[in-house]
Amino acid sequence: MVEIQPYLILSATLFMIGAVGVLARRNAIIVFMSIELMLNSVNLSLVAFSAQLGDVTGQILVFFVMTVAAAEAAIGLAIIIALFRRKQTLNLDEINILKW
Amino acid sequence: MTVESLTFYVLATVAVVSALLVVTRRNPVMSALYLILNFFCLAGLYLTLQAQFIAVIQILVYAGAIMVLFVFVIMLLNLGDERRLSEGISWKKVVAAGLCFALLMELVYVLGFSGASYAPVNTSRAMEIGTVEYIGGELFTKFLFPFEVTSLILTAAIVGAIVLAKRKLD
Repeated sequence: MVEIQPYLILSATLFMIGAVGVLARRNAIIVFMSIELMLNSVNLSLVAFSAQLGDVTGQILVFFVMTVAAAEAAIGLAIIIALFRRKQTLNLDEINILKW
Repeated sequence: MTVESLTFYVLATVAVVSALLVVTRRNPVMSALYLILNFFCLAGLYLTLQAQFIAVIQILVYAGAIMVLFVFVIMLLNLGDERRLSEGISWKKVVAAGLCFALLMELVYVLGFSGASYAPVNTSRAMEIGTVEYIGGELFTKFLFPFEVTSLILTAAIVGAIVLAKRKLD
């Protein structure tokens, strides 16, 4: 008899830990990893509801979220590499050319 | 305490602890390793929900491909000890952590204590829909169009990554 409320609370906890990572860290790669953590917490929530409702649509959506996350990670890391080649730093505080 | 509950609490505790370690380490390689541990815990949690296909795909794609890409990039950029950024505890981080904690308390209240009741998982139905055959059947019939669109997304990502990361020979 599996209840899904603990899974949902765990999903919210992981999401908020990822949000703290995105807001409070200055290293671009750590921010990226925190975004992946947030995406995974949503995946957990989707799979929990899919199991509870008996509908497979949640797991199909998790499949697509993983695909898009993989594409996003590839492009994001390419952007980080290009940025590092230019400015030799990954500190997000120093990447401020768009500031007026 | 049943075996299922114990499994869930062990996996959930390791997942939360490794997530906290991901966002607090100075060395990005250590963060990546703790994130891989977190992904393995999540795969175990998917297995407790009878989602076999998603659990294996989680290990193959997330821990096996995306995190390997992260570790490659960290090592390519050579972010060793000499590039460790000196990040202190500024008031901005305290405010961010406080706001996120407040939102977490609100979410926990809504999900756990506000009287919303969820029916328990029907294990036999969950076992039926978690298999590769069932998901494959749905993915190639009912969800065929999004599936083909993801192939376009991946092609665009490949082209974009190559163009962005290429050294321009001026």
